[in-house]
Amino acid sequence: MRRHLLTTEELSRDDALLVLDTAERMARVAEASVRKLPTLRGRTVVNLFFEDSTRTRTSFEVAAKRLSADVINFSARGSSVSKGESLKDTAQTLEAMGADAVVCRHSASGAPHRLASWVRGSVVNAGDGTHEHPTQALLDAFTMRRRLGRIEGLRVTIVGDVLHSRVARSNIWLLATLGASVTVVAPPTLLPLGVSAWPVEVSYDLDAVLPKSDVVMMLRVQRERMSAAYFPTEREYSRRYGLDVDRAAILPEHALVMHPGPMVRGMEIASQVADSARSTVVEQVANGVSVRMAVLYLLLGGSGEVS
Amino acid sequence: MSTAGAGARAGKAWVLRRVRPLGGDPVDVLLADGVIASWRPGGSTGPDSEGLPPGTTILDTDGLILLPGLVDLHTHLREPGREDAETVGSGTRAAALGGFTTVFAMANTNPVADTAGVVEQVYRLGVDAGHCDVRPVGAVTVGLAGQRLAELGAMAGSAAGVRVFSDDGHCVSDALLMRRALEYVKAFDGVVAQHAEEPRLTENAQMNEGVVAARLGLSGWPAVAEEAIIARDALLAGHVDSRLHICHVSTAGSVEIIRWAKAKGWRVTAEVTPHHLLLTEDLVSSYDPVYKVNPPLRTADDVAALRAGLADGTIDCVATDHAPHAAEDKETEWAAARPGMLGLQTALSVVMETMVVGGRLDWAGVADRMALAPARIGGLPSPAVDAGGSVAVGAPATVTLLDPSPWQVVDPGALASRSRNTPYAGRSLPGAVRATFLRGRPTVLDGMIV
Ligand SMILES: [Zn+2]
Repeated sequence: MRRHLLTTEELSRDDALLVLDTAERMARVAEASVRKLPTLRGRTVVNLFFEDSTRTRTSFEVAAKRLSADVINFSARGSSVSKGESLKDTAQTLEAMGADAVVCRHSASGAPHRLASWVRGSVVNAGDGTHEHPTQALLDAFTMRRRLGRIEGLRVTIVGDVLHSRVARSNIWLLATLGASVTVVAPPTLLPLGVSAWPVEVSYDLDAVLPKSDVVMMLRVQRERMSAAYFPTEREYSRRYGLDVDRAAILPEHALVMHPGPMVRGMEIASQVADSARSTVVEQVANGVSVRMAVLYLLLGGSGEVS
Repeated sequence: MSTAGAGARAGKAWVLRRVRPLGGDPVDVLLADGVIASWRPGGSTGPDSEGLPPGTTILDTDGLILLPGLVDLHTHLREPGREDAETVGSGTRAAALGGFTTVFAMANTNPVADTAGVVEQVYRLGVDAGHCDVRPVGAVTVGLAGQRLAELGAMAGSAAGVRVFSDDGHCVSDALLMRRALEYVKAFDGVVAQHAEEPRLTENAQMNEGVVAARLGLSGWPAVAEEAIIARDALLAGHVDSRLHICHVSTAGSVEIIRWAKAKGWRVTAEVTPHHLLLTEDLVSSYDPVYKVNPPLRTADDVAALRAGLADGTIDCVATDHAPHAAEDKETEWAAARPGMLGLQTALSVVMETMVVGGRLDWAGVADRMALAPARIGGLPSPAVDAGGSVAVGAPATVTLLDPSPWQVVDPGALASRSRNTPYAGRSLPGAVRATFLRGRPTVLDGMIV
């Protein structure tokens, strides 16, 4: 593994598989109910969240604690950071604390890259702006592999606001690296102009793509996008790109429905679909901890066998 | 270059021995009483030569290229308001070291240069600093707000004698206001320099829209936002028969539109920055805001079109858009950083690398794009060396001496600017300015400020 995990774009196939295999071992350990591993004892992991995300922060926190690391939650909201203290000042503070790893969530694309150039420890990107969210993609891949037994050759359809989605970007690169074929479905306004250079097929017709999908991943669509003229109304969006009960019925029987959460029920996904047996929404949470344990373990070169 | 004799710098007259005007045959040029006094065959001047005023200093300038003093139509000196980033003093030192003898100081200071009082203040600061001439640019609209015309006539009639008006940093996006400004400045042979950026198409824009922006998750600044304004303004300038100047052209499409407008016979001129001639958007992949600039770095195809446009004269001149920023405005995450790059001290070297080394421009072309054309656009008198390389006896001795041979690595800490935001740090660039003369007085000798 490299020193940092900033993107899946730069993640090699071998490293991606190493994370997934390590996560599998972490999951088995957790299932065997050994609550803690001593591997990162004495190491400090800082959760540096400039954006609120209780789910992601908690997931990293649980992962670090299960590896016996000391966890410092450096919530940037309401602290000096939001009063204009710069990212660089924060980085210097973290250096003084002796952070071995910094888990960074930031509203600006590339912020973890900048941080990585200012600190000695490992930086894990926990979501930066509209750029990447690599651990989310890794846990999605982990979930697919657990449910369907493989990733190579899977047909994965990603639906929704691809333009603003860091989850979509991380999934697209990782799935391409692991040999899946990806189709993105969205109104043209919610696809980046440079999508032609991505290793994906593009479709505007969800009904045509669903029967040929092993996995359909629904992205969150923020209501603000409507006022910026990305689409006319919620109702029209939902009709053309929402995963309702009728649409879910044309999926192959084995197909999974995934959502990185939090969901906008009704608009992008019907409740019955989100709560159906093919939905992985709940296990994605548990898998998130296993994958983040694996990432921290590998980046920090944890000692001792895991099994 | 070496100076002969003790007390050389005190001399009021100078001989540039075996200097090559625009890279041509060596001549000896005598600068005296602020003007080009005479010239004779290269190497024929000795200490005892006839006609030399007492105390004349003979400079061995063998091999150096003599250029007219460079003119920058687009400089941000930051004073008044952001003296932590740059002052008229520090910015004009950088200018002189870069071979410039006139800079046009953009109006986006604090307070904005939108009144006779502010432009006169900036003008006087330039006179006091003495490193080069400072010609203030007047704002087109009050406070750069794009709502009401500033008192353009008062600025034109002030001691600063403003001829170039620009809301640079902001686009005069209101078509009617732009039309009126273009018409109004005709009364004093002014020109409106447009920062072409359709504001709605660039809301929250962070970098060139395209493949790289899609990958980096940075919102896009589309080429069309520049091109649409250039097309509109060219049509307006044609309609009212006014002079329009386009700041920092950055896309291949813009070059095409300007070529078309010129073919119509409309009075449209344009500038390109050194950084848009050399750098591409791929540098943004580092997320280092030293590469953040407005308009943004574009693609290799755009760079090729800009070089071709500058070579064939579609783009009239090079202008630096020298934009100093304090460290805290650059050592941040990308979105929080201010756009802009230093340019004055590296401009001539970048033009050498991108235009001369590849054979796109000869030295006459460089003189035209970096001195004669910007002087013409800005309403300055004709420089001392014309496009044919003739040295005009009696003209003000405002010249730049360039050593074309060395390659130097750019060291941000060694630049004269108060800021350090050069995108060329660590890059090796050709050429070195050895001396700059402003009306017969050296502002730079041996590559150092006098
Ligand atoms: Zn501008």
